[in-house]
Amino acid sequence: MITTGKSPMSRTPAAPTGFAHVLRAEWTKFRTVRGWVIGMVIAALVTVGIALLDHSECGGQVTPGQAPVTGAGCSVPIGPSGAAVSDSFYFVHRPLAGQGSITARVTSLTLPGATGPARLQPWSKAGIIIKASTRPGSAYAAMMVTPGHGVRMQYDYTGDLAGLPGPVSPAAPRWLRLTRSGGTITGYDSGDGTHWTRVAAVHLTGLPATAQAGLFAASPGTSIAGSQSLTGSSASGALTLAAARFDHVTVGGRPSHGWAGTAVGGGAPGAGFHQAGGAVTVTGTGDIAPYVAAASGGTGTPIEQTLTGVFGALIAVIVVAAMFIAAEYRRGLIRITFAASPARAQVLAAKAAVAGAVTFVAGLAGAAGAVVFGTALLRSNGNFILPVSALTEIRVLAGTAALLAVVAVLAVAVGAILRSGAAAVTVLIAGIVLPYLLAIALPVLPASAADWLLRVTPVAGFAIEQTVQRYAQVAASYTPRTGYYPLPPWAGFAVLCGWAALAFGLAVVLLRRRDA
Amino acid sequence: MSSLRAEWTKLRTSPGTIWLLLGVIALTVALGALADGATHCPARVCHADPTRAMLIGVDLSQAVVAVLAVGVISGEYGTGMIRVTLAAMPRRAAVLAAKAATVTGVVLVAAALGVAGAMLAGRLILPGRGFPPLSLADGPVLRAAGGSALYLALIALLSLGIGAAVRSAAAAVGAVLGLLYLVPIIATTVSDATWHRHLEQLAPMTAGLAIQYTSGLRGLPISPWAGLGVLAAWAAAALLLGGLLLRLRDA
Repeated sequence: MITTGKSPMSRTPAAPTGFAHVLRAEWTKFRTVRGWVIGMVIAALVTVGIALLDHSECGGQVTPGQAPVTGAGCSVPIGPSGAAVSDSFYFVHRPLAGQGSITARVTSLTLPGATGPARLQPWSKAGIIIKASTRPGSAYAAMMVTPGHGVRMQYDYTGDLAGLPGPVSPAAPRWLRLTRSGGTITGYDSGDGTHWTRVAAVHLTGLPATAQAGLFAASPGTSIAGSQSLTGSSASGALTLAAARFDHVTVGGRPSHGWAGTAVGGGAPGAGFHQAGGAVTVTGTGDIAPYVAAASGGTGTPIEQTLTGVFGALIAVIVVAAMFIAAEYRRGLIRITFAASPARAQVLAAKAAVAGAVTFVAGLAGAAGAVVFGTALLRSNGNFILPVSALTEIRVLAGTAALLAVVAVLAVAVGAILRSGAAAVTVLIAGIVLPYLLAIALPVLPASAADWLLRVTPVAGFAIEQTVQRYAQVAASYTPRTGYYPLPPWAGFAVLCGWAALAFGLAVVLLRRRDA
Repeated sequence: MSSLRAEWTKLRTSPGTIWLLLGVIALTVALGALADGATHCPARVCHADPTRAMLIGVDLSQAVVAVLAVGVISGEYGTGMIRVTLAAMPRRAAVLAAKAATVTGVVLVAAALGVAGAMLAGRLILPGRGFPPLSLADGPVLRAAGGSALYLALIALLSLGIGAAVRSAAAAVGAVLGLLYLVPIIATTVSDATWHRHLEQLAPMTAGLAIQYTSGLRGLPISPWAGLGVLAAWAAAALLLGGLLLRLRDA
């Protein structure tokens, strides 16, 4: 009987104990069991197949036998960085050629015709802006007042810098100034119009020689914190308006006239501007900000929404990887394996490497197929897929494959610890799939408990698939149900890796101590 | 009758059985108590269903029930014991029926104990979280509690059927848990409201666990008893398939 595998007899030079040999032996075992190979193929196919079940449509009802009606509301403007943006506001503008500056004093930012309990949004905004054109998504830099966050300088949708604190009122007006020099725009603010503070200078690419400069007002809709699914397609919200009163408006140092009004990105009833004496009042709705589906009613679909099928693949991978080691215990093959290669940690490492590598390949094929075919299907049904950089897409695809591979390693380790395939499969599915189900798919647990589950259980690793981002300047319900994991992508993945490392370490210790 | 006794002896003397049954009880109580502590009712009108939170341990303990019930048949395939069993009792349908009866019996007892413990935990914890005290005299609460025990028994039958059909314990448990846990996740991607509803009506877990709700029944995809009926149909179909394959195949 083999007890520890450390007897000097088993270390004879003739015995092939190198890691390469062990690896080759394990690879041979894996590829010659038809059920396991089929299991991996199923994992890839399930990932793609479930992606093809998503027949979401954008743009209204579809009558069978007719092409889907796609509406204008289904697309999202693209900003200078290539990412989707929100760009709708009321713009009172005039051309600004070459160098120049615009200055204005804001004396109030209010809710027009306020009745009832409605309040301004903390991120309602109004101020001065220099923008490449009135096309939604074009480059801009702006100085603005907000009800909840003081004076801000924002540019190109994601840039957000703080100026003077506090809200604006007739007693505490805010002076704002933007100066343009080539592609560089500098923002200033002041409480009195004489003592100016420079907030920042930013460089915009793609600003034409003649840009549009002027006054704007916008107010984001109220988003209703969701009991919605990942699609968010039925998230609802209400439009809000904000009205700002400007005076002492000068362009290039001179009082300006000849303003034109444009509702950029589509207007709303009540939006517009009017001039009285030296004052201009601008009323607008919408937001100039990065696009957040959870905040804007969800017309854009992130690519990770096509990867739900990974959970199906996960179950197949868990079953195959757990059986890869547990079957040896059941059949007694493990004794032969350890007799042939007495370094037990090496055997376990070889099994983990083979299971992990095969899973990575299958997972990558499945994830790539799901994203490619899934997004193609969604696009053909009129949906707008939120663009991501190539690097992000690689992170999502390779990350998904790596996630499955780490789960395979975890399954091999748990299989070695428990020595029973059924027990290992149950522990892993209950530990990975069930937390996701409880946190996201079933509306049972409160959000705090759901966040906690997605932080500490191995399912935290699914954060690697997240492409949507949180922005401090966009108020939205950033919850797991709207696609936001509590941990950032790599931190979530690290939690999963931690579990795998822990299980692997425990498995090595137990393998060395126990009889096979 | 002798087959029943034989199966009872096998189940009773398997080393894992008692631990799995204790696991069912412990997980049902523990997870329920955790959920009780996590949920709260800030206003007079509670949106959360306290009974569902209290009995959420069933979502986890059903996995242990699946291992137990699959093991009753797949374990015999794993060790080759099945050939001895079938040599001693050639009527294969009777063997499966005896296995079904014994495993259902023990699971019912463990489930009843677990649900009772979860109810007790709920009675102790939930009033402190702003919920009105729950009483078994309340019809819907009694239905949720009794239904949860029945739910676990039906999961045992479903698992036994799939275990008989698939034979490999790990693959059978994977199939059972995939069927239970995966469909609600896939349902989140189905945005078409009608299909989403149909999927939740047909999925054994979402349909079966409708029995645990005491409020907002109109918003459920399926009514409580009809949902348990759907799960019973799944269990019957799985047993039928398992029994058929047991008769047709060599052991």
